[in-house]
Formats: sequence, C-alpha cells, structure tokens
Amino acid sequence: MLDEKLVEEIVRAVLEQLEAERDCCKICGGENPCRDIASKECRQTTLLAEPADAEAMRRMKKRTTARIGVGRTGPRLNTQTLLTLRADHAKARDAVFLDVPPEFVEGLGLFTVQSRCVEKNQFLTRPDLGRQLCEEGEAAIRSRCTPNPDVQIFLADGLSSTAIEANAETILAILIEGLRQRGFTVGTPFFVRFGRVGIEDQVAEILGAKVVCVLIGERPGLGSAESMSAYIAYNARVGMPEARRTVVSNIHRDGINAAEAGAYLVDLIEKVYREKASGVALRQ
Amino acid sequence: MKLSTVLHGQTFSFSSVKEVLAKANEEKSGDILAGLAAASGLERIAAKVVLSEFLISDLRENPVVPYEDDEVTRMIQDGVDEEVYRRIRGWTMAQLREYILDYNTTEQDLKTLSRGLTAEVIAGVCKLMSNLDLIYAANKIRITATCNTTIGERGCLSTRLQPNHATDNVEGITASLLEGLSYGCGDALLGLNPVNDAVAGLSDVLKRFDEIKNRYEIPTQICVLGHITTQIEAVKRGAPCDMIFQSIAGSQKGNSAFGFSAETVREALALLQERGTAKGPDVLYFETGQGSELSSDAHHGADQVTMEARCYGFARPFHPFMVNTVVGFIGPEYLYDSRQVIRAGLEDHFMGKLTGLPMGCDCCYTNHMLADQNDIENLSLLLAGAGVNYILGVPAGDDVMLNYQTNAYHDANTIREILNLRPIRAFEQWLERMGIMENGRLTARAGDPTLFTAGR
Repeated sequence: MLDEKLVEEIVRAVLEQLEAERDCCKICGGENPCRDIASKECRQTTLLAEPADAEAMRRMKKRTTARIGVGRTGPRLNTQTLLTLRADHAKARDAVFLDVPPEFVEGLGLFTVQSRCVEKNQFLTRPDLGRQLCEEGEAAIRSRCTPNPDVQIFLADGLSSTAIEANAETILAILIEGLRQRGFTVGTPFFVRFGRVGIEDQVAEILGAKVVCVLIGERPGLGSAESMSAYIAYNARVGMPEARRTVVSNIHRDGINAAEAGAYLVDLIEKVYREKASGVALRQ
Repeated sequence: MKLSTVLHGQTFSFSSVKEVLAKANEEKSGDILAGLAAASGLERIAAKVVLSEFLISDLRENPVVPYEDDEVTRMIQDGVDEEVYRRIRGWTMAQLREYILDYNTTEQDLKTLSRGLTAEVIAGVCKLMSNLDLIYAANKIRITATCNTTIGERGCLSTRLQPNHATDNVEGITASLLEGLSYGCGDALLGLNPVNDAVAGLSDVLKRFDEIKNRYEIPTQICVLGHITTQIEAVKRGAPCDMIFQSIAGSQKGNSAFGFSAETVREALALLQERGTAKGPDVLYFETGQGSELSSDAHHGADQVTMEARCYGFARPFHPFMVNTVVGFIGPEYLYDSRQVIRAGLEDHFMGKLTGLPMGCDCCYTNHMLADQNDIENLSLLLAGAGVNYILGVPAGDDVMLNYQTNAYHDANTIREILNLRPIRAFEQWLERMGIMENGRLTARAGDPTLFTAGR
C-alpha cells in the first residue's frame, strides 16, 4: 500500500513538473511560452475569426504561400499580420545591408577581395563598379589563385549576406569535391565583397578559367532572405552578352537546398564544359 | 533658344536641349548612374531656369532620339495635332506650366492641349512642377477607358487584383483571387504575372479567371501578363482573354530589348478585336517605369523622366484600357529611396494623364531600396488625391512571386473611405449583391475568401 502511494506521489510530482515546464517559458520565464509570430506554425494559422467555411479556408492556405486568411480590423490589417510583415522586411533588409562577417569567410578557408565599390550604398547604386575588381583584388587573385583551371568557383555577397552564411559551406564543399571526383581541375575559391554577377567575366579572364561559376546572394523577398543563385559561363569575357550565362536560382532551405543544388551544379558544369557552351547556346 | 543663364552670380551654360532636360530633373540615382545628372543643386535649378524659357517649339524640334532613327519618335511627332500645336508653339515652358495650373483652364482645355504636346514637352513641364503641382494638375484631368467596364470616372478608385503564386498553381492563384475579391479589389483587372511564360500555363490561368468571372458574374476584366507574343499565341489557340499586356519603353531600341515593336502591338489589337472576350473598344494594358531604357542601354543619352514620357507617347495611339508605372520595382540604382520613388510616381502619373492615358500606379518597392510599406502607403494616398485610376492589390502587400511589396488588398478600401471614393459603379453593385460592401464600406462578411465557396 505504502509503496503504491509513494509511486502515485512520484508520478504526480513528475507530471506536475512537466506541466510546469510546458507552461513556463524557457526564454523569459513567463507563464506561457514565447510565441514567434514569424514561425511557420504561426503563419499557417488562419487569423480570420469566423470563416464561412473553415475547411475551405485551411485548404486555400495550404495551396499558396501568399498571406491570405489574415482577416482585418476595420479596413486594416490585424496587428499580428502587420508585425509579421515588418519582421520579414527587417530580415530582408538586414540581409542586404549587413556584411558577411569576416570570421565566417575565414572559417571557410577563403580570402576576401573587393570590387571597385567602397561602401554599401555605392554598391547598391553603382552596379557597374560592382562588376569590376579593385586593383588590390585583381593583384590578390593573380598571386593567390591557381591559374588556368577547368572550373573557377567563387562566392560574392551580392544582395544577400544571409544567403552566403546559410548556404556557402555546404554547397562549396559538395561542388568542389564533386568536380574533382570527375577529374576537373578546380581553381582556388575566394570571396568577393560588394560583388555583382558580371564580375565573374573579369575573374575568368584573369585566371584563364574555362568555366566560371559565381555563387551569389539574391535580392531577398519577404518569403526568404537566404536565397542564393549560381551563374555559370563558358569562356566568359568582359562585355559578353548576358544571354551567355546559365543560372540556377532559388537555392535555400525551402527551395533547392544547398546539398541538392551542389550535386545538380556538378552535373550542369560538366555539361557546360563538355558542350563548350552556356546560357541560351546550351541545350538543356 | 538660350542655353545659358546666370544664377546667384554664377554663369551656367549647357550644350543641348537634351542636356538641359536631364539636368533639370529632380535628383534620381539613375540619372547619376547614366552620368547625366546636374553636378550641383544650383546647376539643377539653373537648368530649370533655362528650360522654363524654352519655347514649346524648341522642345518639339529637338526630340531626344532623332526622328529618322526611332519609331517611337515618329509615332509621337506624327501624332501631334498641328492645329493645336500652331496655337501654342510660341509659349514658353513657364507659360505652359502656368496655363495648366490656372483656374481658367478647364479639364477639356487640358485634353485639347494634350493633342498638341510631344513627350519632350510633357517631360519638360513636369520638371518645372513641385509635387503638389503634379497632384493638383493631374487631379484636373480624368481619362476614362472602356473594356467590359469603364475605368477612370471622377469619384472612383479601382484596383488591379494581382493574385501571383510562386509556382503558378491554379488553385493557389484562385485562393488569393477570392481573398482579394472579398476585400472589394479587382474592379480594374484580375491580372496575374506568370512565373513561366508558356502558352499552356498562361491559358490555364486565363480559363480559370474566365470561369470565375462568369460563375460569379463579376463585371471586370481578365489578363495574364506573359510576353505579348505568348498572349497572342494563347488567344489564337482559343484562350479566353479580355486584354493583352506588354511592358513598354521610350525608344524603339528599348522595345526591341523587350522583344516587340509597334507592329506586334497592332497585331495584338487586331486579334483581340476579332477574338477577344471583352466588349471593348479599349483592350490593351501597358506597364512602364523610369529607368528601364537605361537598363537595356536604350536611353540614347536622355534622362529617365524624358524617356518615361516617351513611353506614354508610344502608348497613346493604341488607346489602352490601363497603363501603370511600376514605380519602385527597378531598384536603388535608378530610384534610390522613398523620396525619389514618391517623386517618380507623381511625375509618371501626371505625365501619363497629360498625354491622355488612363493612368494607374503600382506603388511598390524592393527590399534593397531605402523604402518601406509606410512610404508606399503615403504614395498611394497622394496618388488617390491626384485622381489615379487604380492601384494594385496583393495579399497583405507581399507579392510572393515577384518578391517585392505593393499595396495590400486592405489598402484600396481604406483609401476609398478616407477620400470618399468608390469602386467602378457596376463592380460596387456586384460587391453589394455579394454582401461584401454596403454604402462604400466593407461589411462584416468582407475579408472572408470562403464566402464564395460556402454552401456551394
């Protein structure tokens, strides 16, 4: 009897503790857990108080990432929708305006060169300067990179530093290893700060690369600030038409993830190399 | 024609009409990028002073792209009503500005005047106007156009409902569409920007739009904004289509970079007159935006406001149902911040109206610009005050396909209520029948996309 009571008490105590842990927020210690309004779960919840057809509403929300079923107050947005929008915009803006941390680039074992832009606002308003390496940058890649590789891969921040931080490590490792396994010589990778896509033409010319591929941060939308693109060109030359680039975009967790994209790019680069063509000239 | 002036004791000299036009512009990052902007604030005003003393004939006789080289210039010059022009050719640009703003100048006077103006004249007078001038002048003019319904009546503010989807999923598009209708949006157009510019996908969406338009008997227009040639092909293969869309530029070279010419537009127009689903007669939709010519190196050394005015000159002979500037889409290298975007929105709307076009505006921004939703709300209210025909509407302002932000579905009726505006009358009556609107306000049911599916 006593033993049974003891067991009962212990069970009750444990349950109570679990209950307490569930209710109490680990972040702020408050009574209820902190809710992240930008989380997937919160986004999937319909804010419309009483839809005429709740089942239809759930179905509709599943079929689009657009912000529907959000309801209103008077003619205006509810507070939660408004604040979620502001949060997503803030994240997108930070991706554009914050730099990739130097420690991150060093951690990847890469050196950094800069385009002819000297600061962020100049980078945003002078795309022409973002397509050219500064003199020191040009000298650095000449002295530090292996010349005449089959494939030259490098990173550029472009319009999203977040995209580099989220994807670079995985995609770079898979890409370089994959290409080497297929017998290609892969040039010394590096990172370009304030870089635009077109800078790959100058890089390819300087290093004598047959195929060049830049992994660059895309202009962020509210849905994802982490999206990266890869622009590939065969025998790239400064001033060549844009139509000669092959692009793979939408590389991020909820698009093509970095590992998948890396594997796909290995195949694609091999095709570009074999067919000696990229962009519209490449039959896909 | 005098190309120099003295201002605050300094002498300023310019070498051409084109240079004066460029330097007289309000500051825009795109003109700086092109190397055309005034070097100082004072030089900018000196250019405005010189511009104000030009005669209308000086600007007509110096188009920024030569007549021989460019079909847009030829369309603009050949379209001038010579009788009206003879009457005003000797006015200075300062006189033109004051005539437009004068109490004695009526709406009809401005519509007559319009026929005698070239794009360079319209751009020139725009550069002499303050923001409130642009709003006041544009508000004098209403340009209506008729497709299935009539847009642009005084007292109306319409919306293009833009239910874009990341992968063109028809059910997902429909969900966004119904949400928008439930907020009273869509009287100008139900119009999708497709991800894939392919005939089959585009036709699927047109068919769905047509079904919804017919099932709920919605008095509005439908369009899927693929490339003009894709839309032509879809209509030829039997897709239901009220209107054909194309982005346009202010030079032949710019249009050619977009992959079409005036002849392509004539073909689209003729096709719709024969096989379109709309009553008409106005069945074309054009989009513009400052800076697009520079981005395809088709600006011929001219500034972005003048090139924008030339887009409107190109559009005019085709009698479109709707024209809108996608003002903040292009990015900070052309319009740097909200100040420049708001100015450009007001300029474009004024210039389009003075050209005689039924103007709307996509009040928008990208995430790499120094602008946010507050700025776009400001611009849309200013433009509604200026009598804009329509603005855009997307779910909560976030376009999940184009990755930019514009007006939310919620904005249209907010602005209507503030400024005492209404949707197109036939559409408002439909909203009333559906129980979405009452006396110009949203009802308790409004904002529920399932009101269309419940009980069916």
